[in-house]
Amino acid sequence: MSKAMKVIVPEMPPLEREMIALRIANMLEDGSYVNLGIGIPTLVSNWIEGRDIILQAEIGMLKSGPLAEGDEIEPDRINASCQFIHELPGSSYFDIETSFAMIRGGRMDVAVLGALQVSARGDLAGWNTPARGLGKMGNIGGSMDLAVGARKLIVAMEHITTDGRPKILPECTYPLTAKGCVDVIVTNYALIEVTPKGLVLKEAIPGVSAEDIQKMTAAPLIIAGDFHEMEL
Amino acid sequence: MDKTYTSVELAIEDIPDGAVIAFGSFFTAGKPTALTRALAKKGVKNLTIVVMQVGVGNEEILELVENGQVKKAICNYPFPRSATRGADHSFEQAMRQSAIEAEVYPMGTFAEKLRCAGAGIPAFYTPAGVGTVVAEGKEVRVFDGVETLMETALPVDFAFVHAWKGDREGNLVYRYTARNYNNVMAMAGKVTIAEVETLVEPGELDSNFIHTPGIFVKRVVETGRPDYSQSPV
Repeated sequence: MSKAMKVIVPEMPPLEREMIALRIANMLEDGSYVNLGIGIPTLVSNWIEGRDIILQAEIGMLKSGPLAEGDEIEPDRINASCQFIHELPGSSYFDIETSFAMIRGGRMDVAVLGALQVSARGDLAGWNTPARGLGKMGNIGGSMDLAVGARKLIVAMEHITTDGRPKILPECTYPLTAKGCVDVIVTNYALIEVTPKGLVLKEAIPGVSAEDIQKMTAAPLIIAGDFHEMEL
Repeated sequence: MDKTYTSVELAIEDIPDGAVIAFGSFFTAGKPTALTRALAKKGVKNLTIVVMQVGVGNEEILELVENGQVKKAICNYPFPRSATRGADHSFEQAMRQSAIEAEVYPMGTFAEKLRCAGAGIPAFYTPAGVGTVVAEGKEVRVFDGVETLMETALPVDFAFVHAWKGDREGNLVYRYTARNYNNVMAMAGKVTIAEVETLVEPGELDSNFIHTPGIFVKRVVETGRPDYSQSPV
């Protein structure tokens, strides 16, 4: 299947972005340190209130809290998506080099990042859209460090592009964030694990078959022995 | 040892054309706004700016760009997030037209380049960026089976930092996430200039909780609390 080819989309409506975030929140283990990227990943924070999960914001904060609004806004306290946030009992602040010592040093149990493309081998492309025409320049942010440093990398994204083309491909065609770094892909249709044998389709949303998912996925999928409906 | 200056204009008076200047901040937090505005007013040109980002709520850096003062930008997150916003953004347009040279680094690499400059380490190896365009032209070495890139230190002539409190000897304390790049840039600067919201006498800051020790800071100027009436983008 060519990447230029539009895919056949099932009749079932896909998950809302918040529900992709919920599926990911349900995968996180208590006692873990987690970094959430910009976009759908940020929404994961809405589903972990009260859980024993500590969020790291790469700007230099551990135990970052919920979004702050109105009178509760503290201009000197933002997360890595430039949103005002609360602190929590036990929050800490530190400088950027300490923040990335945590990230590259393997202290982050999980990173959740958005993606433009993921390859069959788990390569991630997420920082540079060639259509924007900026060549080798782009907003790298913390993505390259997180991709190599996090112990587990979960990608949260729409399954296909807004113009109906697959984002899970045999090879990424956009500039890479890192090679072979993705462990799990959660989309608005499916949950796919990256394994040494290839991409394994573990779950699909209700009313959507494994065949439907394959039609929207340019890379070959292995159907898991325990393939089942996604539960939320 | 009194490092205070009475105004931001005096604190930056000797900055020449062609200087390499680092600016603390991460998005809207911890920006050295008063010093940066004074630099725009001073009008020095051919500057190399070292700053995490320009595209999101960094009007002060944008002013330097729009004044034509910037020759080169070394950064991490240069553009507005959305392509639509980028189409109207003077920095993105200057980059498109190659009016400004640019280098973009992964965030941890950017931070470590500055740290190394401040710590007397000329180069380091990092796994971030291996197999990407960031690796082009760089030495790759394998340590314990992991591919890494050689990156070099990034010394800067002047560093502008914003602190919550500082004393006359240059000891600095930052507030919440406004610390971000300020400490590492203070370390990297040959001449580090700190704007502080509140200036205090030596001994008034709790000596157990100094974030940047005064040895890294050459000049201190009290600028008050910035106007935060504008929301982040």
